[in-house]
Amino acid sequence: MKYVDEFRDPALARKLSQGIHDMMRQLPYDAKNPLQIMEFCGGHTHTIFRYGIEQMLPKSIEMVHGPGCPVCVLPMGRVDDCVALAERPDVIFTTFGDAMRVPGSRKSLLQAKADGADVRMVYSPLDALQLARANPERQVIFFALGFETTMPSTALTLLQAKREGLKNFSLFCNHITSVPTVKAVLDSPELRIDAFVAPGHVCMVLGEIPFEFIPRDYHKPIVISGFEPLDVLQSIYLTVRQFAEGRCEVENQYQRVVARQGNPAGLEAMHEVFELREFFEWRGLGSIENSGVRIREAYAEFDAERRFNVPNLQIADPKSCQCGEVIKGLIRPWQCKLFGEVCNPQNPMGALMVSSEGACAAYYNFGDLPELLEKRNQSDKTDAA
Amino acid sequence: MCLGIPGQIVAVDDPARLMATVDVSGVKRQVNIACIVSDDHPAAACVGDWVLVHVGFAMSRIDAEEASKTLEALAELDEVQQELDAIQHSAQAIR
Amino acid sequence: MSNNETITLSHGSGGKAMRNLIDDVFVEGFDNPELSLLEDQARFDLAKLAARGDRLALTTDSYVVDPLFFAGGDIGKLAVSGTVNDLAVSGALPLYLTCGMIIEEGLAVDELRKVVRSMKTTADAAGVQIVTGDTKVVHRGAADKLFINTAGVGVIPAGLDVRSDRAQPGDVVICNGYIGDHGAAIVDARGELAIENTIETDCAPLNQLIAVMLDVCPDIHCMRDATRGGVATVLNEFARASACAIRIDESALPIREEVRGMCEILGLDPMYLANEGKVIAVVPASAAETVLAAMRALPEGQDARVIASVEADPAGRVTMQTLFGGERIVDMLVGEQLPRIC
Repeated sequence: MKYVDEFRDPALARKLSQGIHDMMRQLPYDAKNPLQIMEFCGGHTHTIFRYGIEQMLPKSIEMVHGPGCPVCVLPMGRVDDCVALAERPDVIFTTFGDAMRVPGSRKSLLQAKADGADVRMVYSPLDALQLARANPERQVIFFALGFETTMPSTALTLLQAKREGLKNFSLFCNHITSVPTVKAVLDSPELRIDAFVAPGHVCMVLGEIPFEFIPRDYHKPIVISGFEPLDVLQSIYLTVRQFAEGRCEVENQYQRVVARQGNPAGLEAMHEVFELREFFEWRGLGSIENSGVRIREAYAEFDAERRFNVPNLQIADPKSCQCGEVIKGLIRPWQCKLFGEVCNPQNPMGALMVSSEGACAAYYNFGDLPELLEKRNQSDKTDAA
Repeated sequence: MCLGIPGQIVAVDDPARLMATVDVSGVKRQVNIACIVSDDHPAAACVGDWVLVHVGFAMSRIDAEEASKTLEALAELDEVQQELDAIQHSAQAIR
Repeated sequence: MSNNETITLSHGSGGKAMRNLIDDVFVEGFDNPELSLLEDQARFDLAKLAARGDRLALTTDSYVVDPLFFAGGDIGKLAVSGTVNDLAVSGALPLYLTCGMIIEEGLAVDELRKVVRSMKTTADAAGVQIVTGDTKVVHRGAADKLFINTAGVGVIPAGLDVRSDRAQPGDVVICNGYIGDHGAAIVDARGELAIENTIETDCAPLNQLIAVMLDVCPDIHCMRDATRGGVATVLNEFARASACAIRIDESALPIREEVRGMCEILGLDPMYLANEGKVIAVVPASAAETVLAAMRALPEGQDARVIASVEADPAGRVTMQTLFGGERIVDMLVGEQLPRIC
């Protein structure tokens, strides 16, 4: 596959790995005090696990898996809102696949579907639009979620709906923004992250400029990365090289897709349709300022929140849930007391276990479960001692 | 929300609605091309473009030249490394 | 019965309409002497069966696929192939099938005839007979167009001992060809994700392929057909039952470009996609070349190859040597594989 296979070349991977090992030997980090690089985006977490990239890195580097999984940070209250909408008999509720399994306080969308709600999985908001055209007597709601990568597609779909004068199409908007989120992570007092691997597809839309504050104000290097394994490895290489050379800046590894200015058409559609919400709630991180968007007044007719009554309750996570600490990179997924035994993909307590990009699900699915549980028991003993 | 895959535009189906057909390894899907058209690059000009496909939208054109540069940089790693090793060895030899 | 007709509740009520349906569609379609007797049961001479083997193999399956017709196959072909394969992987010679149909009222007779014809063609290709059946018709909405239940009976020749728990360190794992085709064909046929591909199902009876394999290597240790849950599920079943480790070589996995493309778009893993014409066999390493040669002589085996090896540790786990040189665990599937956008 073009532009895919070339970026999965194992020989080049070995070279990168060798280069990273060589550079790290000259830097003052080791297994006890590793260089901590946070990959913000769930897609990167998936690549790291699927290709065993951590195994190719020296123990003096620790990859910390960040909160960039929009499915994972969905608060239970919002899932309940989705279920309430889906349970209306006049509604066809459309959603991306990975959102269907996230547990609400009563049920997930998948369970709602089993109970008779008309919940349909779609690949694209355009497919939801088509459903609206084909079913004029039903209300079609699209569950819009994702970071800025997905905002243009939602916005453009809404604009198309307006052009066609559709009266039965609306969006339930749960889009979140990257910059306030990264900032919340950076401002977290317990945090020690040394550098970031930035989400390439968010930058495809936003460009490089919105992330320049990270090296400038927080003095942490950041490399914008593509999603193939060589992209991620090369981005880690470039990050380490910044440390080796005493630099601290935004570097773009994903130049074949990301332009410094971002995508003008996408940005225009986003700004036309969306505005920032003062606060938006994140599972595990609490409320973050300016971290969500809502549909502007001018497009109110396409806003499911205004059109229908949603319960809009704030539901706290189960007390024992440590999703928040994992999302902030304070503990590794396998260090969560519920990991593996109580909380697993068949029976997820928190959303980090539900989505296949969630750090916990990644560790559970791709990692060695008995070994991880053993590690946790060991670290518990050391803490107690 | 980042699953994007490269594909090639093989036909423009509806220029007014900016819909085209993309081919990913023989699999075809309709996509919206609003994000890749401009005055310099109208819908009709998109046929043959390699694009990044995400949830039914062509989000960005893939720059073939930049792709090559990235791969070349990787291939050159070895050479740079060898050069650095050579410098280090020669420095040690002098001591 | 004319093809313009649709099935109604009276076709299931036991009266003349049902008799008509059975004669016209099933008896004529399946066309074998035992069925044509229309007794309540099919009868077999035990001595004749015992002459062919020392164990009876019995299996049952239900088929509820939607849509009924898809690229390269249909629910009928699926039903016969699936049941034949379930028998064949034990080493059994598949002989007789039952066919129970639950029909949703409103189904076109034409569609039913097509399914029956397909079952007959597949049965003939596999050398089995559909000897007894049952017909029920239910209210609209109580079934999804057509559900088929089958049972199959076969005879296992003496001396064969093919079981899930016989894999041993040093064995190799063989697959007869491209994986994920059926799953990919169904995604296209369902139309929900508006993705077009030209992939056809791999649905096929594998008993003849398995017969030649056992012929050159009677000591095949394990065999299963990889259906729902994909190749990954079968390998996990073997690893657990045999308390061994199975190490997949990602570079050896046969996956069509289009299946890859579809998996990349949707974020699916081909290891977990359904197949309907794939057998996974664990054989002693010394027999691998002979078995492969025998397989490649048949169309269902022309792309056969070794995809994994059996080791002692970590017992019960399936791991994959990735193209990248790393290693990852391939676990059992949890729930349905959902397309992702992350």
